[in-house]
Amino acid sequence: MSTQKYTLDPNKTYATKIIDTTLRDGSHAVRHQFTIEQVKDVTRALDEAGVDIIEVTHGDGLAGSSFNYGFSKVNEMDLIEAAKGEAKHAKIAALMLPGLGTLHELREAKERGIDVIRIATHCTEADVSIQHFQEARNMGLETAGFLMLSHMIEPAELAKQARIMADAGCQAVYVVDSAGAMILDQVGVRVRALKDELGDDAEVGFHGHQNMSFGVANSVYAVAEGATWIDGSLRGLGAGAGNSPTEVLAAAFERLGIKTNVDTVKILAAAEDVAAPIIPRQPIMDRASIIQGKVGVYNSFLFHAERAAERYGVPVQDILEEAGRRGYVGGQEDMLIDVAVSLAAGGSAA
Amino acid sequence: MSKKYTAAIVGSGNIGTDLMFKLLRKSEHIQPTYMIGIDPESDGLKRAARVGLKTSAEGAKWLLDQDDKPDFVFEATSAKAHAAWAPHYKEAGIHAIDLTPAAVGPFLCPPVNLESLTDVMNVNMITCGGQATTPMVAAISRVVPVDYAEIVASISSKSAGPGTRANIDEFTETTSAALEAVGGAKKGKAIIILNPVEPPMMMRNTVYTSLPAEAAEAGELQDKIRESIAKMVETVQSYVPGYNLVAEPQFDHARPEWNNWGRVTVLIQVRGAADYLPEYAGNLDIITSAATRTGDLLVERIEAHKAQEGVRA
Repeated sequence: MSTQKYTLDPNKTYATKIIDTTLRDGSHAVRHQFTIEQVKDVTRALDEAGVDIIEVTHGDGLAGSSFNYGFSKVNEMDLIEAAKGEAKHAKIAALMLPGLGTLHELREAKERGIDVIRIATHCTEADVSIQHFQEARNMGLETAGFLMLSHMIEPAELAKQARIMADAGCQAVYVVDSAGAMILDQVGVRVRALKDELGDDAEVGFHGHQNMSFGVANSVYAVAEGATWIDGSLRGLGAGAGNSPTEVLAAAFERLGIKTNVDTVKILAAAEDVAAPIIPRQPIMDRASIIQGKVGVYNSFLFHAERAAERYGVPVQDILEEAGRRGYVGGQEDMLIDVAVSLAAGGSAA
Repeated sequence: MSKKYTAAIVGSGNIGTDLMFKLLRKSEHIQPTYMIGIDPESDGLKRAARVGLKTSAEGAKWLLDQDDKPDFVFEATSAKAHAAWAPHYKEAGIHAIDLTPAAVGPFLCPPVNLESLTDVMNVNMITCGGQATTPMVAAISRVVPVDYAEIVASISSKSAGPGTRANIDEFTETTSAALEAVGGAKKGKAIIILNPVEPPMMMRNTVYTSLPAEAAEAGELQDKIRESIAKMVETVQSYVPGYNLVAEPQFDHARPEWNNWGRVTVLIQVRGAADYLPEYAGNLDIITSAATRTGDLLVERIEAHKAQEGVRA
């Protein structure tokens, strides 16, 4: 492995789909307050720029609207329908996390217009998604699978989990850097392991975050190893330090000769003229989000940790670091209250 | 009572096996006599045989073919299996205590709603998360109206068996429904998380409920809610000793983005009794403890009924 280089081969041609998640991962960054108009405007701009798939859902996926993750301003089903009405070429996707969203919401999302469902589990728990992949395929949906916090397990283990999803009917399995914790080869080796395991049975994708500033570079490494579904969001709008910015992916891929359907000029306009004006707080690499990347803590925890920090008077970075130490996974936002209460009481041990 | 009532445990997986040890060690009125599975090699069947139960790997049909039928069946298979066999148990006059999410019979959480049920030939134990959280929602809704209750159940990956994993929607749907039917919330929502951390995390449940804005502020109403919660915790502890709050209930002021509700957050940990799986598996412990407790309470109810009939005769 030490001799392997995860870089582009000049004798090969590379092509990838671009999936934009401004309206899903970006939902975290606007505290799930997207409006119908905003969704329509962003969808239209992304569609015109040639993005292949546009994901629209509460940040935590279908049925995410809750005390634990934040209530949506507008019902996500209405947002999905609004997006569907604007997309001429792009497919519309939703995300779901089994244990939170159910087949009931999946069916409704299908009725309201999704073409693609992306089903996410923690990277060791792929078997909870089997019934959802099977049913999604029965409904005629295109499917992708998210192995969240992929940095937490070794490539060979990750590949076994990818196999479970592919056998259940998943058509593209993602290496998901939910904490922005991975750096270059760490992505390359995981994408390679999935490619080797899945062969022609399913494609491989990569979902990057910017905590350590590697989102776009990691995406290049992923493409070099065979990933053909790459996620981004306009202005990097997403949880924690944000995602790989779609407009930077487009510009960088163009320079590198990686083929996409995205028009760089148009996607730059989408980012600058449509997304930027509606972003209340630009995700950045700051102390808290860099700590998330450094210790590998789920990015959606950021705002919830900030709120708990304010409520209980303890530093946000301490809450996040302790959450990392305790090994909490995606969805356990409630534990941040637990951590903050115990830190405020002067303890650190669980 | 001179003689214990007999019971068959159907399903020899984690839940069935833990339940067997609970009944043997803790039940006052019930003696498990059969353990039924479908895999002759299962650890549960082997352990059952070792402690003297009659075992079979031929499923529920075998049990119903026996001349000596049990008084109770504890169902620890799957929702589908229980839905299929429930009518046969009833026909044979066997009380069913259902630990699957089948919900053939009414939801039952022993400290909350046993007394209000009239037909108890088949009762459903909701889910592990439901047993841990509906008592808290009920404790709150006894003091103030609860428009909305939401729970997050975090369990260790190791304690989630194949049945739970294959049907994770059943957990969220059944638990949500019970937050309403048993907890008394107008609207319920349930979330389950599997966490693979080593050493395994103890079962944790977070209960959030909406509050009328005034109940979220310090005062008499809030004090009543605290008292009601504390009392219910004690009641649950009487049959689940590892049931505890990790901190005092947390009250948050009303917020516009919460529909102008206030909120109370109850942080619960369930340390298992380690009758079968280690103590991190509080999720097993709470549902098998609830089932054991339910069995004992039902026997007391049956005996009281008999005594009444006797008096009348």
